[in-house]
Amino acid sequence: MILTVEHVTTYLYDAPVRGVVQSHRLTPSVFEGQRVLDWRIAVPGAVAGDGFRDGAGDWVQGCSLRGPVTEVTVAVTGQVETMDLAGVLRGHREIVPPDAYLRDTPATDPDAALSDLGQMAVAGARDPLDAAHRLSAAVADAIAYRPGATHAHTTAAEALAKGEGVCQDHAQALIAAARSTGRPARYVSGYLFASGDGTPHEAAHAWAELHVPGLGWVGFDPANRCCPDERYIRLGSGFDARDAAPIRGTARGGADERLEVALAIQSVQQ
Amino acid sequence: MAPAVFNEMYDGGKVRPPYRQLEDWTADMPAALRSLKQKEAEALFRRIGITFAVYGEGGDPDRLIPFDMFPRVFTAAEWTRLERGIKQRARALNAFLMDVYGRGEIVRAGRIPGRLVYRNEAYEKAVAGFVPPRGVYSHIVGIDLVRTGPDEFFVLEDNCRTPSGVSYMLENREIMMRMFPALFQENRIAPVDSYPDLLRRTLTSVAPAKCDRDPTIAILTPGHFNSAYYEHSFLADLMGVELVEGQDLFVEGGLVYMRTTQGPQRVDVIYRRIDDAFLDPLCFRPDSALGVPGLMDAYRSGGVTICSAPGAGVADDKAIYTYVPEMIRFYLGEAPILQNVPTWQCGRDEDLGHVLDNLPELVVKEVHGSGGYGMLVGPKSTREQIAAFADRIKANPSNYIAQPTLALSTVPTFVDEGVAPRHVDLRPYCLVGERVELVPGGLTRVALTEGSLVVNSSQGGGVKDTWVLAE
Repeated sequence: MILTVEHVTTYLYDAPVRGVVQSHRLTPSVFEGQRVLDWRIAVPGAVAGDGFRDGAGDWVQGCSLRGPVTEVTVAVTGQVETMDLAGVLRGHREIVPPDAYLRDTPATDPDAALSDLGQMAVAGARDPLDAAHRLSAAVADAIAYRPGATHAHTTAAEALAKGEGVCQDHAQALIAAARSTGRPARYVSGYLFASGDGTPHEAAHAWAELHVPGLGWVGFDPANRCCPDERYIRLGSGFDARDAAPIRGTARGGADERLEVALAIQSVQQ
Repeated sequence: MAPAVFNEMYDGGKVRPPYRQLEDWTADMPAALRSLKQKEAEALFRRIGITFAVYGEGGDPDRLIPFDMFPRVFTAAEWTRLERGIKQRARALNAFLMDVYGRGEIVRAGRIPGRLVYRNEAYEKAVAGFVPPRGVYSHIVGIDLVRTGPDEFFVLEDNCRTPSGVSYMLENREIMMRMFPALFQENRIAPVDSYPDLLRRTLTSVAPAKCDRDPTIAILTPGHFNSAYYEHSFLADLMGVELVEGQDLFVEGGLVYMRTTQGPQRVDVIYRRIDDAFLDPLCFRPDSALGVPGLMDAYRSGGVTICSAPGAGVADDKAIYTYVPEMIRFYLGEAPILQNVPTWQCGRDEDLGHVLDNLPELVVKEVHGSGGYGMLVGPKSTREQIAAFADRIKANPSNYIAQPTLALSTVPTFVDEGVAPRHVDLRPYCLVGERVELVPGGLTRVALTEGSLVVNSSQGGGVKDTWVLAE
């Protein structure tokens, strides 16, 4: 499948700020499931830093704007050819060992309910892959998709207690439950092409990867009850949503920041 | 049974050779002069403003740490061996860091359990795969040593992040030379005042590849509220480099600049005295106001060198410490020159039995404990306390390690009644850059309370000048 991405993020400040610095993880990962045909990131007025590939395999690039600034636009346009690998992250080069992803963060700290959910899910699993599928299904059952029920800082434990959330909550809950059973797990940010079949979706999407012995990292998307396929574009990973954020930034000066996002993912007919 | 304590000055009734001159010096010093000199020393320390707590021990930051005028002395031969051992350890720790942020051979070889490394909070995923200039991660390695006999030295812990206290080493010497110039004429004492030059040379030698001129070095401090601020400004002065706070720096185009009255000036090497978590809000704690946004991107794309490297702390963890001798064998193919304090892991069945059988002679600590909590000091505990602690160990063995109670050596120390032996430790500061360097000396801490083994300044510890005699 060939997917085109147009993703414009605009930061608006209610008063001029003295400068803005950002760190981007906005470039598709390199693995057998996707191939970049064209990809551009434009930040008008910004000075770009030198990009590099980090130990998790993500392409990271910084940029900065000197003030006064009232608006910053990050415009991503590109085209990616994707393939369905049933979620398996085949051919992805990275140096961080899976064990590093056993560490909890405040957002993915498993409380008793998450640990219980994890234990119950893996009980009776035939093999590690089956256990991972069961964990993902258990999270999907426990947290209903409902936009607006949670916010950016909602933790996995809070989302589970509430029983509602969005893809970020599903991913973080799955990570917490998986880690509590001793399985390395991480947060993945990316894009999803919504095929219009009525499944809940968010074009700026997030899911989880669990490390399955023998297979390596395998993606699971509890929000859509599936493994990432050719509709998904993978950008980067981290311990949790904050760590995997495609854009991390900060402004000098005390202005309030407002965010506008315009995103369109389309499939190119072949 | 208390083990014999090694007195560094007196071997039975005989004075050990390095202390011979000092015997006459104290014998000739009238009590009135001594008390005058002690007051003079305190006044000097106050005037310099060196009043911070060593090693971030907390407590009153403006409190003066007691300075004891009686020097601690090593012979050239003793020092040569220590120096080799310290440099060896510093090289192995750096090799370990390069390995665990690279292919992790030592873990693959089964010599260190992966979980101790990769699940460690000090392991920074963000720097995996990035090799800093010259492959050096810990540029200043502080190694805490204790002595139990003429040739017996043990490493208590390694400090690979930002070990503090070196300003005491320099100031103690400075003040001794000012007050007792004759001592330095009669004894051939190796100087330590080259430390700032060596540190500067070390930092210069790890400039990033993108730096094509004489590198600009800056010391990054959390600010004057930090207990070691004095040391930060002292070292910046002595090296002739800038002392900056996070807000003085900014990142642009993958490089780091310092705001100056003449406009932005590029900074190539940052000797940071702030913790990893606060270095860059875009990479670590987003609420940090002490760091520099974008610094980690500049670092990882080769625009600036950060000393010590973010993530260096994974080498000096309590759980990793046990494996340092293994690192020396694995990376250097050498036998460790300095020994670790023997440590039993109660989680290992073969160790647990030994620990339970010998509790009255051991110190037992919680693996993740600190500050002396959850600890058993066998020789100072009652039979009931020991029995109760044994139950706690049995309930969760892997939570405990045990070590023998070490008989720390003593050095004569001025006390109210005259001169008396007091227990000491030693922290030398090893520099790692293009070369591995060590000035002949370090910081000697002394437990001023009689019989006490606790040298921490928060618990009545003081400091001494540390001499290494020339051949």
